[in-house]
Amino acid sequence: MEKFTTHTGVGVPLRRSNVDTDQIIPAVYLKRVTRTGFEDALFAAWRGDPSFVLNQEAYGSGSVLVAGPDFGTGSSREHAVWALKDYGFKAVLAPRFADIFRGNSGKQGLLAAQVAQEDIELIWKILESEPGTEVTVDLEARTVICGDVVASFQIDDYTRWRLMEGLDDIGLTLEHEGEISAFETGRQPWRPKTLPAKHLPTVEIEAARPVV
Amino acid sequence: MAGTLAEKVWQDHVVRKGADGVPDLLYIDLHLVHEVTSPQAFEGLRLAGRTVRRPDLTLATEDHNTPTLDIDLPIADLTSRTQIDTLRANAKEFGIRLHSLGDADQGIVHQVGPQLGLTMPGLTVVCGDSHTSTHGAFGALAFGIGTSEVEHVLATQTLPLAPFRTMAITVDGELPPGATSKDIILAIIAKIGTGGGQGYVLEYRGEAIRKLSMEARMTICNMSIEAGARAGMIAPDQTTFDYLKGRPHAPEGADWDAAVEYWRTLRSDDDATFDAEVVLKAADLEPFITWGTNPGQGLPLSANVPVPEEIGDDNERTTAERAIEYMGLVPGTPLRDIHVDTVFIGSCTNGRIEDLRSVAKVVKGRKKADDVRVLVVPASARVRLQAEAEGLDRIFLDFGAEWRNAGCSMCLGMNPDQLKPGERAASTSNRNFEGRQGKGGRTHLVSPLVAAATAIRGTLSSLADLDLGEETDLTTFDGTPLAPLDPRLQVQV
Repeated sequence: MEKFTTHTGVGVPLRRSNVDTDQIIPAVYLKRVTRTGFEDALFAAWRGDPSFVLNQEAYGSGSVLVAGPDFGTGSSREHAVWALKDYGFKAVLAPRFADIFRGNSGKQGLLAAQVAQEDIELIWKILESEPGTEVTVDLEARTVICGDVVASFQIDDYTRWRLMEGLDDIGLTLEHEGEISAFETGRQPWRPKTLPAKHLPTVEIEAARPVV
Repeated sequence: MAGTLAEKVWQDHVVRKGADGVPDLLYIDLHLVHEVTSPQAFEGLRLAGRTVRRPDLTLATEDHNTPTLDIDLPIADLTSRTQIDTLRANAKEFGIRLHSLGDADQGIVHQVGPQLGLTMPGLTVVCGDSHTSTHGAFGALAFGIGTSEVEHVLATQTLPLAPFRTMAITVDGELPPGATSKDIILAIIAKIGTGGGQGYVLEYRGEAIRKLSMEARMTICNMSIEAGARAGMIAPDQTTFDYLKGRPHAPEGADWDAAVEYWRTLRSDDDATFDAEVVLKAADLEPFITWGTNPGQGLPLSANVPVPEEIGDDNERTTAERAIEYMGLVPGTPLRDIHVDTVFIGSCTNGRIEDLRSVAKVVKGRKKADDVRVLVVPASARVRLQAEAEGLDRIFLDFGAEWRNAGCSMCLGMNPDQLKPGERAASTSNRNFEGRQGKGGRTHLVSPLVAAATAIRGTLSSLADLDLGEETDLTTFDGTPLAPLDPRLQVQV
């Protein structure tokens, strides 16, 4: 993962709350088996509308998304984070994030910065009155700067540290492999194992047919 | 020290205690996998030269992107077929048990775990799917994870997890006839909002919850995520043990006794404190439906479409205006006057045998409304078999419904089961987001009973709108446990 310290880029005002992950990337785009190449899928339904913010030239090169509360609710699809990253976003600012989305962002190096609603409103006003205005996100100082607005944001210490160091979670966990093995030796025998597989007698399943 | 149910399960899984902002490392008992959120995780393992640490704690099924028709033919959509083939190749390469399309144990992952007896009290259960919260109905700590975390669990069988807060949701009293566990959870989400549960593990308790069957409890825990919660849980009790006993993977003999003894300790202590508490009276509940584009935008069926001008909060008003426009509704219209094009009965929320039985009971001997398409999609192949053994398929077909093979189907519209632009559905699923069931589609979330009544009348309806006749016994609609899916059932083929 690339290290993240500060980023400056065009801010995109997304004046909507409850932006769920079905809006960020509709399910039809989840059929792909790759981890990249989702830029066309980002906000696919909304991008058909010429007035949608990303269809306006000044915001087209945006890399800091400024959204309303409860961003990223719904499905756990990490594709939502991949689509934002593939499009070019480095950070999302919102007053509140859904837990799974925030977790997924942290794993993928997309900064999910929690900014107070009042500050989001001020930033929206600047970005809308002067399209193309840049926003600076400083992870070390936990501040956002947009025009004359300087706001602080919240992010948990652990995610901040991992983003700043560009650390891989799995590598960190595997440093404690001995402790995992020790835990496993104490696992009670009643706890389930999927193998060897047990099941009811195998029965042939009849295929349903289209109604003609 | 006094603890809540969630805290007890958490404590029993700490591999390494975190400090100074570093999260606890938790052991994962059961990892469920499906085709959509796993390919990139397996690819990550391959690129890093890693293996799956515990294939024996991992189970894969095909559900999200599978057809519900012609399942014995090659999948027509090439990208979908590639995704299924990728899961099959990965399962083979990494030695993971997979229940494929056409296999009797295939189905929605959140039905397959419980019906095999793999989901048990006191476990940690994860899956790359937000509705993993379903398994919390057994007193397991179960939550959805992203693909990076799927890879992490595959490689290490653990997850670093940030601490949570606890919320007690008490539902007192008895549900009135015609109201179900779906109405309970829709009412809870409408009350606390789609962000109300953020950062919390919810524990559902109270008389109305205790009286629910396992399947009805699963419906409630399933939709915890729609309130933004990390997970939802219900303390295990005799209902839980009765459901589990005799299932293929349930413990046996001395292991069963040891397990039950431990499971009985899995309840919040009387003096445990929750970070938040919510109380509902079951007697006040009536059939609930959503009118908008998030699961918190719900109202009793007897209400009208909200009038935005009457909403004080700016943000909420704008959200309501946008939702009403997308849904093609007129403010102030009685919800009962809304006509639907499709009724979808299925999903990990309401595609289980009890759901199908309750629908069959309502529609038996009737005909669906002429201009309504009715899809009945069982949550798993075993549920389909049991329904057929009970003759429910005949009831659905005579009613004019389509009887499909198992899968997620129209709940998320990844496969061909989709709404067309502008089409309106009454759906027993869990999300009414814009375009969720197909681009431009409009979704009203409902209980199976409301779905059945709506399919008969063509407009959003409840049992109260039907002339049910004296021979219909309403007592089985009041949340009283019906017989669970019997794992020993000898299916007649």
